[in-house]
Amino acid sequence: MMAALRDAFLSAVIALGLFVPMVGLVLDNGDRGLVLRGRPIAAAVLVGLVFVGRLVMHLWADRPGKEARTIRASKIVPKAANRFVAPILLAAAVLLPLTGSRYYVDLGTLVLTYVMLGWGLNIVVGLAGLLDLGYVAFYAVGAYSYALLAEHFGLGFWICLPLAGIMAAFWGVLLGFPVLRLRGDYLAIVTLAFGEIIRVLLINWVSLTHGPNGITDIPRPTLFGLRFSMDDGDDTVAGFFGIEAETIHRVIFLYYLILALALLTNWVTLRLRRLPLGRAWEALREDEIACRSLGINVTTTKLTAFATGAMFAGFAGAFFATRQAFISPESFTFIESATVLAIVVLGGLGSQLGVALAALVMVGGLEMLRDLLSTVGEQMGSEWFSGLAGDLPTYRMLIFGLALVVMMVLRPRGLVSGRTATAEMR
Amino acid sequence: MLSVTNLTMRFGGLTAVDDLTFQARAGEVTAVIGPNGAGKTTVFNCVTGFYRPSSGTIEVAHADGSRFRLERMAGHLIASRGKIARTFQNIRLFAGMTVLENLLVAQHNALMAATGFGVMAVLGLGGYRAAEQAGIEKARYWLERIGLVDRANDPAGSLPYGAQRRLEIARAMCIDPELLCLDEPAAGLNPRESEALNQLLLGIRDGGCSLLLIEHDMGVVMRISDHIVVLDRGRKISDGTPAEVRADPAVIAAYLGEGEDA
Amino acid sequence: MTNVPGVPALAYALQQLINGVTLGMIYGLIAVGYTMVYGIIGMINFAHGDIFMVGSFLSLIALLGLASLGITAVPLALALTLIFAAGLAALYGWTVERVAYRPLRGSFRLAPLISAIGMSIVLQNFVQVGQGARVKPMEALLPGGIALMDDGNFAVQLSWMQIAIVVTTLVVLAVFTWLVTKTPLGRSMRACEQDLKMAGLMGIDTDRTISLTFVIGAALAAVAGLLFLLYYGVIDFFIGFLAGVKAFTAAVLGGIGSLPGAVLGGLLIGLIEVGWSAFLPVEYKDVAAFSVLILVLIFRPNGIMGRAEVEKV
Repeated sequence: MMAALRDAFLSAVIALGLFVPMVGLVLDNGDRGLVLRGRPIAAAVLVGLVFVGRLVMHLWADRPGKEARTIRASKIVPKAANRFVAPILLAAAVLLPLTGSRYYVDLGTLVLTYVMLGWGLNIVVGLAGLLDLGYVAFYAVGAYSYALLAEHFGLGFWICLPLAGIMAAFWGVLLGFPVLRLRGDYLAIVTLAFGEIIRVLLINWVSLTHGPNGITDIPRPTLFGLRFSMDDGDDTVAGFFGIEAETIHRVIFLYYLILALALLTNWVTLRLRRLPLGRAWEALREDEIACRSLGINVTTTKLTAFATGAMFAGFAGAFFATRQAFISPESFTFIESATVLAIVVLGGLGSQLGVALAALVMVGGLEMLRDLLSTVGEQMGSEWFSGLAGDLPTYRMLIFGLALVVMMVLRPRGLVSGRTATAEMR
Repeated sequence: MLSVTNLTMRFGGLTAVDDLTFQARAGEVTAVIGPNGAGKTTVFNCVTGFYRPSSGTIEVAHADGSRFRLERMAGHLIASRGKIARTFQNIRLFAGMTVLENLLVAQHNALMAATGFGVMAVLGLGGYRAAEQAGIEKARYWLERIGLVDRANDPAGSLPYGAQRRLEIARAMCIDPELLCLDEPAAGLNPRESEALNQLLLGIRDGGCSLLLIEHDMGVVMRISDHIVVLDRGRKISDGTPAEVRADPAVIAAYLGEGEDA
Repeated sequence: MTNVPGVPALAYALQQLINGVTLGMIYGLIAVGYTMVYGIIGMINFAHGDIFMVGSFLSLIALLGLASLGITAVPLALALTLIFAAGLAALYGWTVERVAYRPLRGSFRLAPLISAIGMSIVLQNFVQVGQGARVKPMEALLPGGIALMDDGNFAVQLSWMQIAIVVTTLVVLAVFTWLVTKTPLGRSMRACEQDLKMAGLMGIDTDRTISLTFVIGAALAAVAGLLFLLYYGVIDFFIGFLAGVKAFTAAVLGGIGSLPGAVLGGLLIGLIEVGWSAFLPVEYKDVAAFSVLILVLIFRPNGIMGRAEVEKV
């Protein structure tokens, strides 16, 4: 107890050094340059939190009977989760549009986009163990491929969807070929640089990409050639089925589209895992040198993982473009890559269900929280709530960052970690 | 089987292996021994493609008469084309994967061809199912030989040390090698496990696969080797049958000279 | 190559050389931190660029704070700021290592990398939440300079600020070199770099040495942060990202693990960036640095002064 107190006190002293200047003093952009403002309470609260947090950590670590409990919990949770949670989630996802709420369907579409990106990146990071920090670049390649093909050649979504995937995979191979020979951490920083290069190109190659203004009026997808449109033409969905045209039809259609794309990603991944290629990816993650000694061509195997992951990002990018009908370089920053990575890591590096859950909570949950806060803020006329809602994206990234660190320290193999074998001997 | 000719390996200014020539004959167990720092592991890494030798040639001749030069071959081809398998001094299993999966990964190239390189099998086409079944049967055969059938579905990392050693050998055998290279296979084994290992290795040899091993445990070396090459400070000091080598004064000098720490 | 009308090519080139060296000094200081950490524990400390950013903010806070206390004599204010920023940034560096990296020794391969990415995101957003997202401008502390090669219509400017930056960097690097080559601490660091496990067996407190490596690296990054602030006069929470990647490029270019290499790499990256901005489309100057990184990694992954890594089997 005394030792715990002493350690908590020392931590608080360090926190004092960290937080007093950076939180306790704030640089305000005033009318005549910067002014320094004091904010002692915020700093004091943080220091207090560190003290209490550290103390609680010690007490938690020393609690009696800890061993038995943790072992039991960790063995039961994954199996039950896999058996029940996945079907329930799937059913909920299929039934969601029945609520008829545009808000939930839009939110669902957003979450599913991240689920798909997460599953795509999971192939690269979770299965093959390659840290890709520029995943969003392939998402951008997919989105711009569709937008540009539609703009210049008038191609429709369904033709462009596979093309976008192929383009992204092609870029994956192009980038991957020279760098995949390198050590893992070099790959990380090269992909990071690549993501930035793509973004800078998109901003500055104005004649092709319209620069920061982005591309507008990207065509919407059709349902077997039928348009989703408010006019009652025969070639519209509403006209064909003889129902009243409503925008929600398109929203729901897009929702099912991304659900189908995400499920396709999941199906291909699960399928590949049980094949030699997928097994080789996992083996690569476990031990590259042993793979080489068994005659596995390490570079091409990595390349296939990299390109497969990129391809799904390309699909997702084409979907993003058609859903928004507008894309600009702003949508493809490092923050997006980091978000997807955080989802994969929180999901447990390799666990499909974990990725879905992480996206649901970290994207859907926080988005709902933000909307809740801003509604409360409006109703109560409270600036504090509205301000908090406005800052939430920043806090979200802060939470993501912390989550990455905490996950690595506590459960490096993830929350839902029970790995299922890809072959069994009976 | 394997001919190493004038092999030299330098790291910066240090010459780890100096103009080494020896042969490993087909159907025999060849052991490379020597005091610490003699260059055994370096030779080994050159043969298995992890180092590029500074000079010299390494040639392997298969039972069907085909010959391959290994010293400039890409690392993974030495296993897949040169048919040389190896194990590691510090065991390198895919610890998170099951025992069976470890053995299936070793059959990667054969199974991969059966999948039509991925595309067909994702769609469920082609004869992959049969190929995988054959792969599992081959794995079962080796698991029976090393006595680990009942652990097939457990993570490889959860096996006891001795079992991990045997599994690594079984995994190497799953690539159907003509030459199996073992880096200190008996290290850390108790006498009973060590004896079982001897039987396993002799069985592999009698099955038609030649063996090249580095070993510190003289008991193992003398009992199972047909041919011994002794290195000291990167040079070959003796070469012959166990009895010849044991009687060679140069070997005795090398070992006694460094007797305390060898 | 675009010739600026009415400007003699030689003078223009000399001006770019001066600017490039100044910028390169800053990158070099950051690169030393990357290379030291890589040398000892073999990881890329992704959060290092953000430590630099924190150091830059700490400097700005200190300068404003000192001004409000009435300490406006430039040399004194700069010296105090340097000590303050370096000291606290060092504390940040220490904390990052202690919280995010130390518990991961011996964990699986990707864990430290992911944790480092996480820490980088945390620091960025921590500063954004704490200090606001708007850019923070500052008046020039040391206006003016010397005009060289003045031919009446173009003069090569060597500003006092540039002189201050170069001198500060050289002094800091001299102290640092002394620390690494002549003190017991430096000896432990070099021992850990050779073989961490062995150094531990020989009785070196490796945890402490690694901590100190982070502390020193962070302090150097904070000095770079101060110099960056003085040079550009404006900072925001995002500067660590670009500067971090460029400094890392510098470290790789110079040969990761090599301390003189890091400084040399920094100078080269500074020159490349300034040269690119001067003669080629300026929008793509960051792409230039990134491309250098990719090209170096492909064609010469050991850099200019690095040693070839022998794979341990």
